[in-house]
Amino acid sequence: MSDALLKIENLTRYFDVSKPWLNRMLEREEKQFLTAVADVSFEIKRGETFALVGESGSGKSTIAKMVVGLIGASEGTITFDGHNMTGTAGAEMRDLRRRFQMIFQDPFASLNPRWRVGDIIAEPIHTFGLLKGAQVTNRVGELLDTVGLSAKDAEKFPHEFSGGQRQRIAIARALSSKPEFIVCDEPTSALDVSVQAQILNLMKDLQDEMGLTYLFISHDLSVVRHMANRIGVLYLGSLVEVADGKKLFSEPQHPYTRMLLDAVPDLALSGRRRKPVEGEIPNPINPPSGCAFHPRCPLVMPRCKVDPPHRVETPTGYAACFALEKQPA
Amino acid sequence: MTDALLSVRNLRVEFPTRRGVLTAIDDVSFDIMPGEVLGVVGESGAGKSLTGAAIIGLLEPPGRIAGGEILLKGQRIDNLGAEAMRRIRGKRIGMVFQDPLTSLNPLYTVAQQLIETIRTHADISEAEARKRAVALLDRVGIPAAKRRIDDYPHHFSGGMRQRVVIALALCAEPELVIADEPTTALDVSVQSQIIDLIKEICAERGAAVMLITHDMGVIAETADRVAVLYSGRMAEIGPVTQVITAPEHPYTVGLMGSIPTLTQDHARLVAIPGAMPRLNAIPQGCPFNPRCEHAFDRCFAERPEPLRRGDRRRVACWLYDEVSTVEQEKANV
Repeated sequence: MSDALLKIENLTRYFDVSKPWLNRMLEREEKQFLTAVADVSFEIKRGETFALVGESGSGKSTIAKMVVGLIGASEGTITFDGHNMTGTAGAEMRDLRRRFQMIFQDPFASLNPRWRVGDIIAEPIHTFGLLKGAQVTNRVGELLDTVGLSAKDAEKFPHEFSGGQRQRIAIARALSSKPEFIVCDEPTSALDVSVQAQILNLMKDLQDEMGLTYLFISHDLSVVRHMANRIGVLYLGSLVEVADGKKLFSEPQHPYTRMLLDAVPDLALSGRRRKPVEGEIPNPINPPSGCAFHPRCPLVMPRCKVDPPHRVETPTGYAACFALEKQPA
Repeated sequence: MTDALLSVRNLRVEFPTRRGVLTAIDDVSFDIMPGEVLGVVGESGAGKSLTGAAIIGLLEPPGRIAGGEILLKGQRIDNLGAEAMRRIRGKRIGMVFQDPLTSLNPLYTVAQQLIETIRTHADISEAEARKRAVALLDRVGIPAAKRRIDDYPHHFSGGMRQRVVIALALCAEPELVIADEPTTALDVSVQSQIIDLIKEICAERGAAVMLITHDMGVIAETADRVAVLYSGRMAEIGPVTQVITAPEHPYTVGLMGSIPTLTQDHARLVAIPGAMPRLNAIPQGCPFNPRCEHAFDRCFAERPEPLRRGDRRRVACWLYDEVSTVEQEKANV
């Protein structure tokens, strides 16, 4: 347990989506809450890539934002290298903040169009007071070099770069404070496949060189399979299964994981007959009782409609499903 | 070739700008047979959507068709007037766009939109049209269609909205459906439902489909043939199984290598260096030459013509020029 860099326990986040007070009074409505993340726990070990997959609305990005502290948690704790982040503030928090960074999905929105690339990359260096004067310029040049751009590009503005190059700039910025841990929120979703491959390769290389730990968030299962050591599958804010990278694909345990894998279009032209996927993700404001997946689940039992399932050990990791519990071990 | 449903010949689309004319699509030719599913893939900016827009006459000015012709069952449709084109669009060529929210009018109920479209193309009473609309919604898999038909688009989820759009595209029983990234805005589990639906319904009605997407997986599962576009040029076209398992154009080879798969293990992905050139900086010769590891002198000087490779396949790459001539000579002997 001591090698866990990030530990998340019972993390929950509600959003208040009620109508304004006057409307509630006139229409006699209760306050409404949307549970974006419900009781999620997992650990990320030093040097590994942990991926979260799920469809839209499953809470992937909300977890990412809570991990880096962009939004607070409603309940639960996030522990980074032994420090409880929900309780820290001030100088101690500042020191922790240097050690984790984030790469966002859209490189067209995450870089300030009025800043030169050099200033964008140097901002974390200045913020944390890591280097001064000419050292900063050198470091920026080095970083640009690391991500496959040239030191001369520091003078340019973001609009002079293509999507893939901008994502490289975002990576250089994330690396500039010498972090140990990077949260990547859909880093390649806005890119074309040939460029996506370049960025994924770059991220893997950087991980090997610098021993980085990634929390990798994506909706693309094949990308996740390529990148991750361990994978967590989210459905409606709950973690339904966690398994070792490739095993999730060869031996999916939870019925939702199986359905998701079945739905992915196949490049191998195996001509397999896909099982038709049933239904859609329900409204998260009024999630189904018991197991949130029960209306779509082929293995549904009466118990699933009443009780939320507990975490059970599986050969590949753990999952939250009553159907798996029943099987003799 | 005469029995092709849609035939695009040497299509050229230009955008006149203050800094000169940009050629977005250059010399693209292909046929779609009745009942066939043709996939069109390429990266953003390759001209996939523009090709679709040019076919149904929805190019945004100042974009214009500067050359070539488009034939629907042997009749030219690229030079028709706005009114004549409007009658073809919807009636003979249906359209499914990427974002189901923007292709439906938020101020009208689904019933109003469907009935209007049906009655525009068929001379039937409102009650009759309504009956047909309900049947259609039922067919595209909307539960309780009778009740839900009076809902507004915002009452539907993304996947359901896309089903409504498909119903809308199919209501005049078109011979060709152009689906422009129909599943890009949807989640994987819903995506597979929509793809199956498009495939089933079109097969059932004998409609041909031109499926524009950037997702090779979708193409592999759906299309009969696939056309790969690069920088507004056709790089390769051929039967899906051949193009995917044995790509020939270096761009297609790179594209296939850069896609992580669910079944194979790669330590590293084969990335194509660089990015697609901008329209104002397309290099001379083959547009792919700066990124191509096999490029030789001829690639920098001459534009490669689509070379015939086998019965149904064409590849625009000089690498195959000699080979194909040698083969032709062999065949003649």
